[in-house]
Formats: sequence, structure tokens, C-alpha cells
Amino acid sequence: MHEVCGPGAYTYAFVLAARLGGVCMWVRGRRDLTLINPNGFTDFIAPSELIFCNTKDEIQSLAVTEEALRAGAVSLVVVSLNKPLGLTEGRRLQLAARDGKSTGLAIIPEGMGSNAAETRWRCAPVFGHGDSTLQKWELIKNKSGTLGAWHVRWDATSRRLIMVSPAGK
Amino acid sequence: MFDGMQRRVVSLWFPRLASNRVLRRYPLDGPFALTIKQNNANRLYCLNAEATQQGLHQGMPYSDARAFCPDLQTAPADLPQDQRFLQILRRWAMRYCPWVGLEGQDGLVLDVSGSAHIFGGEEGMLCDMRARLMRAGLSVQIGLADTRGAAWALAHHGEGVASPGEMLPALQTLPVVALRLDEKTSVALAWLGLRKIGDLAAAPRAPLTRRFGPDVLMRLDQALGQQPEEIMPLADPPHYGVRMTLPDPIGLVSDVMAGTERLLIQLCAKLKAQEMGARVLAVTLRRVDQDQQEVELRLARPLRDPHRILPLFERGLAGVDAGFGIDQLRLEATQVEALPVRQISHTLERGKDQLDDLISRLGTRIGLENIQRFLPADSHIPERSFIIAPAAYCEPQSGWASPNPRPLCLFPPEPIAASGPHPPERFRWRRMFLTTGRATGPERIAPEWWLEDDSWRSGLRDYWRVDTIQGRRLWLFYTPQNPGWFVQGEFP
Repeated sequence: MHEVCGPGAYTYAFVLAARLGGVCMWVRGRRDLTLINPNGFTDFIAPSELIFCNTKDEIQSLAVTEEALRAGAVSLVVVSLNKPLGLTEGRRLQLAARDGKSTGLAIIPEGMGSNAAETRWRCAPVFGHGDSTLQKWELIKNKSGTLGAWHVRWDATSRRLIMVSPAGK
Repeated sequence: MFDGMQRRVVSLWFPRLASNRVLRRYPLDGPFALTIKQNNANRLYCLNAEATQQGLHQGMPYSDARAFCPDLQTAPADLPQDQRFLQILRRWAMRYCPWVGLEGQDGLVLDVSGSAHIFGGEEGMLCDMRARLMRAGLSVQIGLADTRGAAWALAHHGEGVASPGEMLPALQTLPVVALRLDEKTSVALAWLGLRKIGDLAAAPRAPLTRRFGPDVLMRLDQALGQQPEEIMPLADPPHYGVRMTLPDPIGLVSDVMAGTERLLIQLCAKLKAQEMGARVLAVTLRRVDQDQQEVELRLARPLRDPHRILPLFERGLAGVDAGFGIDQLRLEATQVEALPVRQISHTLERGKDQLDDLISRLGTRIGLENIQRFLPADSHIPERSFIIAPAAYCEPQSGWASPNPRPLCLFPPEPIAASGPHPPERFRWRRMFLTTGRATGPERIAPEWWLEDDSWRSGLRDYWRVDTIQGRRLWLFYTPQNPGWFVQGEFP
């Protein structure tokens, strides 16, 4: 179970889905107005590989996420949350992901991470000359390693993440 | 069919089938009629006996009928329901013989050869039919003869029984309409002086055929038994329901699951024999205090494998209140789909099965229609270039192509303060001050005038992709017909 925040969180989720392959499940609240656009993410994954669930509230979102993680039929479960995850919920999702051998990703608002998360990332797009997908990914929490920051860009033709050295000041 | 045995056919005609059906449920006194809308006029469709006594008749305009008979009570006719009722009567009539067919909209035809003696001969059988139908509140006219045509004639024109082998004496005095001829032909025959069936049978055949075609004599021959006529028995639609009654009530979830498993195995064997798969299943649990609870399971894909369906019931059955115990389980596949037997493929499709099971399981929690996927649609309007459809009821499709890059996420247009046809140098969006670094565009998209859409009332849109120095890459549009700038999406 991982967490991502910042304005580039959606891009991070799609890059992860493309890396993991297989079917991705996207869990979102019914009142969430932001809609992912299938014509916009064809560069990352095929829209037929994505299934999304509309849930009534946060509790339902978490229940659906847990069930999907445990089933092991999908490789990635993305859930957008508005409230910080409690320790119990975080631990349950963690165990479910371990049972199902799948990855969970929570899109959280800035500064609302939970202690149960394996890693937490902050992603933000960066203005770059002639390059349209440049992003700065910061690893701000890591249970099993060090922190770091990278400038990356997505190559649509090879469907690969390319590491870019940050531009000199 | 039965060589060497006299064929006997009963024709049942329900002259007031529709009104009888309604009055059985809501009994009324006084004149009553069902109305039907034909050619923009309300007409009487089916009347009860009191209404006929008042001088009303079928096909009469409703307003005339009200003028003649102010206390007439009416209800609208429901033809599909009448047909369903006739099907029920057909099933009921199977108690007399196995060979029952429908006769038009309001009749049944029974081939009772060799089954009359069970009910004490033909007389006894007809009495039994009449008594049972009368108790059910249905008016009926019964004809019994050797042939279908003769039985029909007797049922519709004065009831009667034609003794075996003597069709002509029984039919002789009936009008020619009783031969199932159309109005025009029977009027033409009456002009020739052929009013009764006896007259027609005695008339020379060749001139009749020359004048009226072969139909008239074919009907006559069919009635008299010189030409055969078949009765088409209808098969019962397959019923996918099984039940189990228990001598002692049960209450544990594991016991109910075990009972459900037994029923599922039976039901799935039935489904397999018919090459069908269940899409919606319902378990009805009857408690000792006669209270019933139903657990419904909607599947993401037609299934008939008991070991895959059973775990999906677990969540629903665990939520049932058993009270003092459950003593009857009933399992029915309320919606089935064709599921032909498939060759085991060499490509492994295990993942798909797992995914379908997951969708079914999540469907029991949040509803199957809330699990969706994208399908491509043919439109250049960004919000309408895809369809969101329930994943359980559609297959994934390919064919995603957009000539221009599209944003990763879309939101309802948010206005920003700017003017002029070119993107603003700096602007404020979501409490952020942004500076334009690079602007690409415009791409003009015209509204689809053939579809009503409030959000496209403002006319044409010029879309710009704006990369800001702060990093955000936004999708802005300008509406030249109603000047204004909006943000609608964000690029990766």
C-alpha cells in the first residue's frame, strides 16, 4: 500500500499502472467531480484495462479497496481519499495487499498521510522547455529505504519512464 | 395421430375472457366493460353480461356507451396480460389431456382422444370443465366433435356435442360463418342462398371453388373431417427454480449455506442441460413464522458453476435474520442467459474468471451498475468522446484514437478572469497565481447542435494547452461568441 499526493498524483498512478500491467481498478467517491479522461491516458494504459467503482462514501471505498486487493485479480487498486487513513484501516489494507499480491495506491491530499503506508510520494509537474511530461517525484516517506527526489518524464512511444537530470540553476 | 382410434377434440371459447379476468380480481356489480384505444377513439373491448343486457356491444365508441348506460364502469384493457392469463388456462387444461393448443386470442383446443374415460366419459368431462371454470368466474362455451373445425363451430355457435362420425348432422343448421370464414365470403355466400352449412355441403363443389377459391371448401372439409388439421401443443417455458423443505428449522449460516449448495447443484444441473447460465439468482428463505426473506445475487457474467456461485452468496446469507428458524429454502434463477458449452482453450483465461468473480462480489456491496468501464464513442466533444457503461453488461472495446492530445483529467469548466482571444500572460486559478510559459493552440471545437447540452450554450470553443512556469499544464478554452476563459482539464 502506497500513498501519493500533489498535483501530479494522477500521472503517478497511471505510470504505476503501466509499469505493473494487467487490469487496474480505480475507486472513487460518487461526489468526486474530477473525471479521468480515457482519451488522455491512452499513452499510459489501454482504457479497456481500467475498471472504476463509484462508491457512496469513504467507508465503502475502503471496503471495496480491501476486497479488490485481497482477490488478486487486479494488479493495481487506486483509491482517492479525503481523510487520513487510520492505523487499523491502513493495516487491514496492507494485509489485504500482501494476501492478494497486488499493489494499492491511495491518492491523498497534501499532508494527510497515514503511518501504515509503505511509501509516500509527492509529485508535481515541472515546466520544461520542449518537454511536456516533465515531473518532479519526491519520495517523502519510505519504510524500507532512503528518501530521494527525481525528475522524470514519460515516453509515450516506448511506454517507459525516463530519468532526467534536473536542469542547472 | 391415433390410427384406429376416433379422434375427439374439445374447443373452449371464453367469450368474456378479458373482463372475466379483471372481475375475478376486483368483483363489481352492474355493467362493466374494458375499453381499448383504436384509431384514436376509445371503444368497448370486452363486456360483462349485464352490460350486454343493457344493449351495449363490442366495438361501440365509449362515449356512446356512456350515453346509453350512465352507470357503466370501465377499465382499460391489457392485452398482454390477457394472453398471459390464457397461457395459465392452457396449463390448467393440461389436466384433461396432454395435447392442448391455443385457439386465437380467446380460446383453447384440446385433443381429448382416449382421455375422456378418466373423467367419466365425455359428458362427465364437459361437466367437470364447466363446473371448474364457473367456479373460477369464467364464462365458457364448449364444443366437442371429431375435428377441430367442427368443435370450433359448435363452441362459437350454440354449444353442443357432435357424436362420433356424425359431423354433418350436428353442423347442418349452423350458419356458414361457423366454418371460420371471413365476413366478406360469408356475406357473398348468403347472397347465393347458402346460409347454412348444410346448404354449402349440398352445393356443387366445382363452381364454389371457381368463385371463392379453395379456402371455403377447405374449411368445410376440415370441419367434416375429410381434410386433416393439426393441433399445435405448446411447450412449457423452462422453469429454473428449486426448493427444499426442512423437517426441522435451521438457523446457522453454515446450515443455510449447505442447503443453498444442495439447491445450487440441482439448479446448475438444470441450467447445464439447457445450456443456460444464471445472471440473477434469488434465494427465498421462509421462516417458521411464515415471514419470508429474499437474498438476491447479481452476477457479472452468466454462470452455472455451483462452486463459483456459492461463495458469492455468503455475504447476502450472513445478513439474514433467521428468527425462530428457517424451514424452507427456495432458489430461483430469475434471469438467465444462453451460455453455450465452450471448448477448453489453450490460452489461460483464469484471470478473467477471477476478475468476473471480483466484480460480482463487489456488486453485492455497491451495486453492479456502480462498477463501470469506458467505451469509445464517436464525438469530438471531449466530455462525450467516451461512454461510461457498467462493466458487467459490456465487453471492453478498442478503437481509442484522438487526433490531438487530450488532458488526463477533466472537470466542469472553471472560469478565470481574462479577456481577449489569446491566452492570458498571468491568471489566477484555484487560489494560485500562474504565469503562462508556453501556449499551444488554438483547437476549435464546435458544439454538436443536434444535441441539447446546456454547458455548450456559449457556442464555439477555442482550446489552448497552457504550460505554466509553475508547472501545471492546463487545458483552457476561450468562447469567442460569449467572451470568457475557462479551465477544463489538466495534462500529465
